[in-house]
Amino acid sequence: MASKILVVAEFRGGKFKKGALECVAEAARLKNSMGGGEVTALVIGGAAAKQAAASLGKQGADRVLCACADWLEHFNGDAYGRIAVAAAKAEAPSVLFISATLDGKDLAPRIAAALDVGYAPDVTKLVADGEKLTLTRPLYAGKAYATVVLETSPQVVSIRPNAVPLAESEGGDAPVSDFAVDFGPDDLASKVSSVEAAKSEKADLTEAEIIVSGGRGLKGPENFQLLEELADVLGATVGASRAVVDAGWRPHSDQVGQTGKTVSPNLYFAIGISGAIQHLAGMSTSKTIVAINKDPEAPIFKVADYGIVGDLFEVVPRLTEELKKAKAG
Amino acid sequence: MKIFVCVKPVPDTAAKIKVGGGASIDPAGVKFVLGPYDSRAASKAIALRDAAGDGSEVVAVAAGNPNKGESEARKRIKDVLALGADRGILIPDESYENRDPLAVAKALAAAIKNEGEFDLVFTGRQAVDDQAFSVGPMLATLLGVPCVTDVVGLEVDGKTATVKRAAEGRVEVLSVNLPCVITAQRDLAEEQYPKLKEILKANKKKIDTFSFEWPAPAYRVTELSPPPEPAAGKIVGEGPDAVPELVRLLREEAKALSF
Repeated sequence: MASKILVVAEFRGGKFKKGALECVAEAARLKNSMGGGEVTALVIGGAAAKQAAASLGKQGADRVLCACADWLEHFNGDAYGRIAVAAAKAEAPSVLFISATLDGKDLAPRIAAALDVGYAPDVTKLVADGEKLTLTRPLYAGKAYATVVLETSPQVVSIRPNAVPLAESEGGDAPVSDFAVDFGPDDLASKVSSVEAAKSEKADLTEAEIIVSGGRGLKGPENFQLLEELADVLGATVGASRAVVDAGWRPHSDQVGQTGKTVSPNLYFAIGISGAIQHLAGMSTSKTIVAINKDPEAPIFKVADYGIVGDLFEVVPRLTEELKKAKAG
Repeated sequence: MKIFVCVKPVPDTAAKIKVGGGASIDPAGVKFVLGPYDSRAASKAIALRDAAGDGSEVVAVAAGNPNKGESEARKRIKDVLALGADRGILIPDESYENRDPLAVAKALAAAIKNEGEFDLVFTGRQAVDDQAFSVGPMLATLLGVPCVTDVVGLEVDGKTATVKRAAEGRVEVLSVNLPCVITAQRDLAEEQYPKLKEILKANKKKIDTFSFEWPAPAYRVTELSPPPEPAAGKIVGEGPDAVPELVRLLREEAKALSF
């Protein structure tokens, strides 16, 4: 059965988000499992987004719709939502994917509500039976997993970044056509007046391949320098436990855990973190977990793949040094 | 100014979640609380009302089990009343657990529309149980008003709000016409704790009931399962001397390093 899948592909900071590429790749795999169909990507943004649009073909998009104008360069949920809804109505897909980034989680519920259909957020696994999806999503920050079905069409799904792979082999560019936007900035009740980039050049925690997180064992905010140095060697993003954020050592945006960010990087370092259930809930789906803690009874060792029992002030600098050596070959 | 705060009872984040078969958690021994983001939303709403002065009110809305005395939804409305909200609306729902967020948004939208004009609606950015991040943007869409999610700063001047949104890797400042829906991030307001005087007053405040005909779910949880058991970990060694072996394992066994 030929099936139509629409992917709303997020373009931010001069490139497509990795999660957007993963959604296109997943859509292409789904199409093949359904015996054919069409993967359409919708790109909303400014001139740079338009220029990059065709490249979504590499991950398996058959065609790309571009709603691109200078005034759409910055994310605005009201504007982007309205465009995505218009595209979903015009394309009438059976499945709509979006990456479960903060912007994706802002847009998807608007789309679902406007279309009066069900929405499965932050999905980590998808199984297709024909066009009908069975979805898995962690609840209670990973303390339970729900199996979910959507009873309406299109099935609107946001996919957690890093949960599904990119395409195994890249295809060519996809044809791009303009998607007409029938309103302007003056028709909106909300306007973005300024956007301030966060200081860090590092990947966002939710999308990072490697995360180096610190907890109370660091003893003070100044000692996070040790983790920054380790993160620099690894190209990692620094995270923090709730205790450390509550103490004001790190900003809330760094917090990993149930009331912070839920992450699943390839490699997660928990350093000086005992492993409260609240923290484990936010990182236990990481592919490889390394724990460094002086307390051999710390619960973090129960979820860690590799642990070192010891004083982090001795272990971490040594680790940074050894990794530097390894990197230099 | 008329402000609504939509809240939901959620398990305390320190709670052990037991999956008891079927599509629901085992509620035995689980302490329910006002969601941490809902509580910040409530604090902000109350502060805005106080600044706006006469004729302003904050109304707490929740859907849930209607049973008097044991209803978690009623208790959570009372939590908001104890923080200083003026009155509450309870939308009875006999089978609240795993309720489709779209259905909840429809119920809230109906209850709010029934109240006439409004200026602001707050929700938490997410509930910490089903963490759908959905009800706020859905509610705004159904009410036909703008929505800003993950809000860390909010100032109201007449019929316009200046809103700070903490997005990924950036902070956006938006100018938004009221009425609008705001989903609260943690930094929107300081955590407030109810004062004894307000707790006593809360018992006398009115909680109205708004009946809603719940639609069939568009999103359905068919099963809840426990998370996969982590494989038993390996203690590589003690102290800095274990580091070279760790690096070897990360490279060769886990293949977690690109060098």
